[in-house]
Amino acid sequence: MIDRVIDSRGLDSFDLRFMGLIAVILSVGVLSIYSVTHSQDTAFPFYLKQLVWILLGTIAFLVMYLSDYHKIARLAYPTYAVILIMLAIVLIMGKSSRGAQRWIPIGPFAFQPSEFAKLVLVLVLANYYSRVTRVGWMHRVVLPGLIVLPGLLLILKQPDLGSGLSFLAVYAAMLLMVGVRSKALGIILLLSVMLFPFVWEMVWASLHDYQRQRVMAFVDPDYDPGGKGYHALQSRIAIGSGELSGKGLYGGTQSQLKFLPEGHTDFVFAVYAEEWGFVGVLVLLALFIALIWVSLEIAARAKDTLGALLAAGIVAMLCFCVVVNIGMTAGMFPIVGIPLPLVSYGGSATIMTMASLGLLLNVKRRRLTLFY
Amino acid sequence: MAAIGFHDSDLLDLQRRLVILRVGLLLVVALLALRLWHLQIREGPYYRDLSENNRTRSVVLEPARGLIFDRNGVLLANNVPSFALYVTLEDVKDRQGLVAQLSSLLNLDPDLIQKKLSTGKGGKLQPRKVKDRLTLREATLIESHRLDLPGVMIQVESQRNYPGGVVAAHLLGYVGEVSADQLEKADFADLHQGSIVGQYGVEKWFDRQVRGRAGQKSVEVDALGHEKRAVVSDKPEAGDDLYLTIDAHLQKIAEDLLGEESGAIVALDPTTGDVLAMASRPGFDPNMLSKELSNKQWVEIVQNERRPLNNRATQGQYPPGSTFKVVMAAAALESNTVTPSTMVRCNGGYQFGNRLFRDWKPGGHGSVDMNEALIHSCDVYFYTVGQRMGIDTIAEYAKQFGLGQETGVELPSERVGIVPSTAWKQKARNQPWYPGETISAAIGQGYVTVTPLQMASVIGTVANDGVAVRPRLVQSVMNRATGERAEFPPTIRGKVAVKPATIALIKEALADVVTKGTATRAKSSLVTIGGKTGTAQTTALRTGPEKDIPKKFRDHAWFVAFAPVEAPRIAVAVLAEHMGHGGSAAAPLAKDVIEAYVKAYPQVLRGIPASGRTKSPAPAADTRPRRDD
Repeated sequence: MIDRVIDSRGLDSFDLRFMGLIAVILSVGVLSIYSVTHSQDTAFPFYLKQLVWILLGTIAFLVMYLSDYHKIARLAYPTYAVILIMLAIVLIMGKSSRGAQRWIPIGPFAFQPSEFAKLVLVLVLANYYSRVTRVGWMHRVVLPGLIVLPGLLLILKQPDLGSGLSFLAVYAAMLLMVGVRSKALGIILLLSVMLFPFVWEMVWASLHDYQRQRVMAFVDPDYDPGGKGYHALQSRIAIGSGELSGKGLYGGTQSQLKFLPEGHTDFVFAVYAEEWGFVGVLVLLALFIALIWVSLEIAARAKDTLGALLAAGIVAMLCFCVVVNIGMTAGMFPIVGIPLPLVSYGGSATIMTMASLGLLLNVKRRRLTLFY
Repeated sequence: MAAIGFHDSDLLDLQRRLVILRVGLLLVVALLALRLWHLQIREGPYYRDLSENNRTRSVVLEPARGLIFDRNGVLLANNVPSFALYVTLEDVKDRQGLVAQLSSLLNLDPDLIQKKLSTGKGGKLQPRKVKDRLTLREATLIESHRLDLPGVMIQVESQRNYPGGVVAAHLLGYVGEVSADQLEKADFADLHQGSIVGQYGVEKWFDRQVRGRAGQKSVEVDALGHEKRAVVSDKPEAGDDLYLTIDAHLQKIAEDLLGEESGAIVALDPTTGDVLAMASRPGFDPNMLSKELSNKQWVEIVQNERRPLNNRATQGQYPPGSTFKVVMAAAALESNTVTPSTMVRCNGGYQFGNRLFRDWKPGGHGSVDMNEALIHSCDVYFYTVGQRMGIDTIAEYAKQFGLGQETGVELPSERVGIVPSTAWKQKARNQPWYPGETISAAIGQGYVTVTPLQMASVIGTVANDGVAVRPRLVQSVMNRATGERAEFPPTIRGKVAVKPATIALIKEALADVVTKGTATRAKSSLVTIGGKTGTAQTTALRTGPEKDIPKKFRDHAWFVAFAPVEAPRIAVAVLAEHMGHGGSAAAPLAKDVIEAYVKAYPQVLRGIPASGRTKSPAPAADTRPRRDD
């Protein structure tokens, strides 16, 4: 039972780098949330609430970091069952926002099960592939697909196109890692997942207005009510007008106005880009690349299949959210509700992302045990 | 990578594939960076122009308040379009110059404009309301000067309007801008500076229902801050409509009966508690109060000695005088202090210690029983039974009839009057109760005070055989969007512990008061009426004949009544300040109100209730055909 032994050497420089990156990105988020909401007169402002989420996220991080990921993975199926029930509850009695039902109200807060569903799906698929022999299409593609399906359908029914696409992305990433034998097929699969939004946007641009509205009415009815691209345009104006060096903190005339809805949540990147300009944008992109790079390092050095799959799945999920969120605020993709990990305001998303990163570090921590 | 040997081939394969993920990531991030470079660097100046010259303002869209109708669908309060002037400081180049221009164009105090511009939440981008209810001429004037007035915006809003003017003013109330104190409270949390809320009457009590929900629109403005394009992102929702229990026609008659005098008339349906009319005089025009008043105008209204804002029906507290004998009679019989046939000798006065309490009739009424004592309002009879009962028994029954407590009518700041007792006096005055004070209280003088609404409720309870129904002003609330109507059913407040025989005796005596007692001037050829007069002394100083006393020291005239005697459908309380005797000054008014009611609803004479809304509400239909007098 060599893998039950844990690393008792404490934090090394790698861990500190990893956690430092998380802390810096979280700070960027709190600062942007503060900037866009500081003029609102509320007793409990958003940036303070976000700090509370970060505190809870830190606890989630530590819990996921300190327990053995093998034990966590063993809980994958029951947890998935619970999440499916919660997704069903959301449909029945959830709190509605802009026509979509995504939240379960808990006291003054709202809990969004579809966020947690993503992490649970990573656990479920990693657990599945680490145990099942990878022989035949049935075991490699179809069965895991059937596992994904109920969650995906429940999320799309809300409708939450963003979370649904993330769900698909996790599945695709897992297929790429273990599901398909041919490397060429894997590459095609990955590229199609990653480039899908870009292609979508090109197809999108070729459609007539009424066609787009019909499509959007189908997948996400009330996202941009009466706006006819107004929301997307204002987001582009916010980003573009930041130019090279930005308008400075609190200087974003576009985002300080209430015209840009969701300035502290899904569109926080536009706020940041307006205030910090292209320079700031490059810094944030670099921070995300660094974090993902370090995470991939963990995946590459994982000691067993389960660890590697967990790490790869989490990284894929993180990548997908970052890329799609920035892409949609920059007007490259249609607007789907995906928050920017660690930056956007939101309890469920922040806690889920930090829990995922805790699990990642857990995988890294255990690979060292082999040297004992 | 010393540990590689432990890995199976799957793991190795898997980890090699991670390279694809890295390449893919770099590729996609490069695409993102390219896109952002395009937006921020290549097209940056274009978007900066857009953001500076083609900016967006978010403007609150005020909701239309719910309409208010009477029981027959007659419109009492609606909304008319009006112009409001907003200024967005961000677009103002020369603030002093703008203030000077606006002040001369609109004839406004420059300090007031400055004050409006510097208060309010939000930054310089939040438009501030400087003036509402602009006349068409003013709005046109501003529009024609718009090039000289950057940052000025004229917005069409709905403004509260009371088609009846002064009619039912105290009851309807008026609206006004939410105050800074109100904004602190949870009830007003969804409002903002400049929101209109009910400040008085049912407008205030039902504000949450009537208020509606504000919406928002994004307005694209040009370099001068003038609207170019608007996108409504959130439509305002109109408030709910109120259907009151009052009859606008009866209300008007009641108010006209009081005329220029001060006083109140309340008419209730004793079986349902419906307030059919609630007049208070002097009144005010809610249209004027709903405007922004200048300090001077406001001081004039508030400091007016006749206190026109006071709703005398619910807030005026007066000694009930002899109308209190209705309560006394029930208390005396139920506490077994007397029987209906107990005789009391009245010589025109009652000696208590070294003080003589006089009867209103010099020389007295001779030997009287309960029935006669009520008919002729014999003071000595009630002095005697009051003294035998003691103040605490009196208080117990007065409270059962609802005195000394809120009636629960849906109006803000209802007063409760005083029901004195030994405990009350100890608490309020820190003094013991003196037996002589019981004698004054027995005829509704001394410490006893009541509101006209309470007295209407007392006589209504008697008329309704002892069942007290809570007076109510609103029959139903209709949601404008869904058309759903929420009915407010009548609520029974309680039943006074009085035997049916006692009630029957009192009702019979009260009917005789009108046919052969102190209120013959209330006798009607249309309908049988029962009632009780009252004359409330305002001062102990009573020398010489009535007409020589200055008006403000004269007595208040009371009359409480119900009709038809056999199956009462209306209970009325009339209070005329400083008008002298109840029998002469108040009783005729009650008769007129009752007659107007039975003419409008003749079915009540046959014992059929006057149905509420007989037809569907016709907005703005003030012209309901009526058999009028």
